[in-house]
Amino acid sequence: MSGEEFVPLSLTPLLIGTFAAIACALPGNFLVLRKQALIGDAISHVVLPGIVVAFLVTGAISTWPMMLGAAGAAVVAVVLIETIRRLGQIEPGAAMGVVFTTMFAGGVLLLEQTDTSSVHLDVEHALYGSLESLIWLDATGWSSLLDPVALAGLPPELARIALTLVGVSLFVWLFWRPLKISTFDEGFARTIGIRTGALGMALVISAAIAAVAAFDAVGSIIVIAMFICPPAAARMMTDRLETQIAWSVVFAILSAVSGYILAGYGPLWLGGSDSVSAAGMIATMSGLILAFAAVFGPCRMRAAAPGPG
Amino acid sequence: MLELAAGKSSSSGDLTVHDSPLVIRGMTVSYGQKPAIFSVDMTVQPGAMTAIIGPNGAGKSTLLKAALGIVKPLSGQVLVFGKALDRQRARIAYVPQRASVDWDFPTRVIDVVLMGLSRELGLLGRVRMRHMAHAMECLHRVGMHEFADRQIGQLSGGQQQRVFLARALAQDADLYLLDEPFAGVDAATEKAIISVLKSLKEAGKTVVVVHHDLATVTDYFDHVFLINTRKVAEGPVEQAFTAETLQAAYGGRLATAQIDQISGTAG
Repeated sequence: MSGEEFVPLSLTPLLIGTFAAIACALPGNFLVLRKQALIGDAISHVVLPGIVVAFLVTGAISTWPMMLGAAGAAVVAVVLIETIRRLGQIEPGAAMGVVFTTMFAGGVLLLEQTDTSSVHLDVEHALYGSLESLIWLDATGWSSLLDPVALAGLPPELARIALTLVGVSLFVWLFWRPLKISTFDEGFARTIGIRTGALGMALVISAAIAAVAAFDAVGSIIVIAMFICPPAAARMMTDRLETQIAWSVVFAILSAVSGYILAGYGPLWLGGSDSVSAAGMIATMSGLILAFAAVFGPCRMRAAAPGPG
Repeated sequence: MLELAAGKSSSSGDLTVHDSPLVIRGMTVSYGQKPAIFSVDMTVQPGAMTAIIGPNGAGKSTLLKAALGIVKPLSGQVLVFGKALDRQRARIAYVPQRASVDWDFPTRVIDVVLMGLSRELGLLGRVRMRHMAHAMECLHRVGMHEFADRQIGQLSGGQQQRVFLARALAQDADLYLLDEPFAGVDAATEKAIISVLKSLKEAGKTVVVVHHDLATVTDYFDHVFLINTRKVAEGPVEQAFTAETLQAAYGGRLATAQIDQISGTAG
């Protein structure tokens, strides 16, 4: 494919898909190890009331208020989940189940009780996003990357997800040591002065921000898949957390790139005429990678339960 | 500073809060409706090896966790070397129960030991040669240096326990708190752990161990703290580890013959 075709049509969706995948996979590593990976699912449900409230307040369907509403709802949900988990001393999964079903139901109720139900809230858009439509019409080729006029026409989703990725990466890099220690041994972490409650909250909030930024661009399917599949596949490739993170990034990139290309060209190669959803194909690829890692990964065997002696 | 009133079963004498590595006052912790521990006072003797003893569910681990700020008490006060806990964290090392962590966690033996140095390393400090050397030396002391590169899930229970002890050694603390370090370990590990703990005592450190095996109390420890939700007794083994105190702590759960046998050896 030539630069004239690739840069305006495929470069930005590829980058957005890749950035979204990495931004979710990075915190996903810790969430999977903490058995909190369902948080991606939870967030994808709780954003509904946030979006409805944002619409009620502003009266318009526009990106920023809706994103703020979604982010606000995600943060509320995350705080609620942590609070219920700590106060009730129950499994994180149970706390998530209680919170996200309640908030989702609240969102539906809000939608029905107000005039918003007449507004077209596109389910397909929420699930799959519209990665293919995030094109860069101002670009004419590779040279556009240096052209300030063309650069100004980049889809705003790219800047948002790039910024989110930088933020998530900084968080993981800066708090690497306390994150690792408190994920492994929370009691010990507290005795050396790590504020595990605040750190756990910061982790899920950064995951929530990554999820909301990714929803906006690529829909919830990718978010749910990327929180779990690349980290889970990476865990089966290595027995070191440092290496696991690296593998998860590789798998996230691999899923995004191969999924995007296969969605666009796979059906053509098979003799079909249409393309399929890029977000759906990216999620499918991450699932396939996970399946391969589960069958062939060198560290897929759970260590034998330590017995006495 | 307040002078501590010595309880009737306490041997603290005129030990003040400044002298004791760990003083607990009026500690009450509850997980639900019932308190796990109720209004417990404890004064740990410096340079001694103290066993915390009591039946299952008596609040032994809870007492340790409350002393370390891991669980939030309803009420109570903790002083470590005469000061608030948060200012003395560098002087405490804690060995949690082995079963409290997921040993499938993707990390190696040496990485776990290096966690003991994290206060020194800070957020972004690089692990340098001297840190590695120190961690290896700690593994050597528990006889686990040959396993440094192993994934922790590949170890036996006893080996895992020794790795936890090595992490505590790496912290280079003055007060060591261990939660059931002998639970479910092999004889070799038990021997290795007790010899390390005795060497700590010889170096002037204070060791407090939640212990479940009444038969070894007199061999391993010089002080005991008996608890059953409330404090039952506290003091040197020969004074506080008696038929009466055991009866009081365990109630009907120990056969009289058993108590006679144990406290017989205790004198």
